[in-house]
Amino acid sequence: MLTLTSPVRVRAQDWPAGGKLAALSGASVVLFAVDSVVFHGAAAAATLALFATGGRRFAAHGLRRMWALWPFVAVLLIWNWLDGAPVQGIALSLRLLTAVGLATLVTMTTQLSDMMAVVRWLAHPLRRFGVTTRPLELAVALVIRFTPALARSGAHLAQAWRARSGRRASWRIVAPLAVLALDDAERVADALRARGGLTGGPTDGT
Amino acid sequence: MERDLSLIAMFAALIAALGLIPQITLAFGVPITAQSLGVMLCGTVLGARRGGLAALLFVFLVALGLPLLSGGRGGLGVFASPTAGFVLGFPVAAFVTGWITRRLGRLPVGLAASLASVLGGIGVLYLCGITGLSLALGRSWADAALLVTAFLPGDVIKAVLAGMLTLTLYRARPRLVLSRA
Repeated sequence: MLTLTSPVRVRAQDWPAGGKLAALSGASVVLFAVDSVVFHGAAAAATLALFATGGRRFAAHGLRRMWALWPFVAVLLIWNWLDGAPVQGIALSLRLLTAVGLATLVTMTTQLSDMMAVVRWLAHPLRRFGVTTRPLELAVALVIRFTPALARSGAHLAQAWRARSGRRASWRIVAPLAVLALDDAERVADALRARGGLTGGPTDGT
Repeated sequence: MERDLSLIAMFAALIAALGLIPQITLAFGVPITAQSLGVMLCGTVLGARRGGLAALLFVFLVALGLPLLSGGRGGLGVFASPTAGFVLGFPVAAFVTGWITRRLGRLPVGLAASLASVLGGIGVLYLCGITGLSLALGRSWADAALLVTAFLPGDVIKAVLAGMLTLTLYRARPRLVLSRA
């Protein structure tokens, strides 16, 4: 599935997306304005507690996503320790983990459609100048439709390559993949035109 | 207009697909993800404006919460992590790559695309990425640059491949290689 939202239902999924994004922005500003290690320790503990409120599966799913940060945490700790400022290293690491953790929480509890609704709301004032979010929304839908199809074609090309050569697929499969992409894009453009094009439907994106 | 939109969406999907296909072997048998190759191709094939928009659309979808980055990463956390500069640099890199490909219009397509990929897909992307790293880690620019030098050889190979692939595409579908159209 092409999504990062939580595998289990949590209450925060019903909270308004705009509110969560505003809270995240506010929290990020505060995180980067404060240097105290005590503050960052408390913030990290609070973030962990937020993960825990979703239950064990929710927390494990979210924290697994943050595992990729360990090289940066290691670098921060070692560098600052070598500089003789180990406490600063700990504060910076905690800040990094909290900032990414909070952002991950928002992503996990917000559906794509709710995110898009916030974008539409933010773009609302531009409508007066004739700017609509319709092409953007159509493009988003197309990418969501194209990505699995292209990935599948790529996997097939890689498989065919392996069957012929017995080795792992080489970069050469990217050429037929890109030709496929170009041809498909042409066909989709024709289909869009046949259905009245970008200006054929409702223009307010609703 | 419809064709532009469709091509932009398709190349945004191509960047994603290249990150999802596991282990493509580049030269010397080194398996690396081909995601940044997709960013280079956006510029060399679609040109500056459309290529930049394709990469921007990709980044937008990552922010909305789709796991499109290599390894299935995505969501707002990406933009709070130290590698945010690289992701945010994708559209700039694609734009500059496309712009240079067109400026080098007198050179053969493959060579122009390779050179443009080195300058845009590596030069500009690393500039954005290293700046982001140095801000996030609170270290000097040179310190941050040290952390990414290991990826440089792989990216140089990808830039050369981007040129060869653009040449292949130009031969197969000359009308659709918009950076030369």
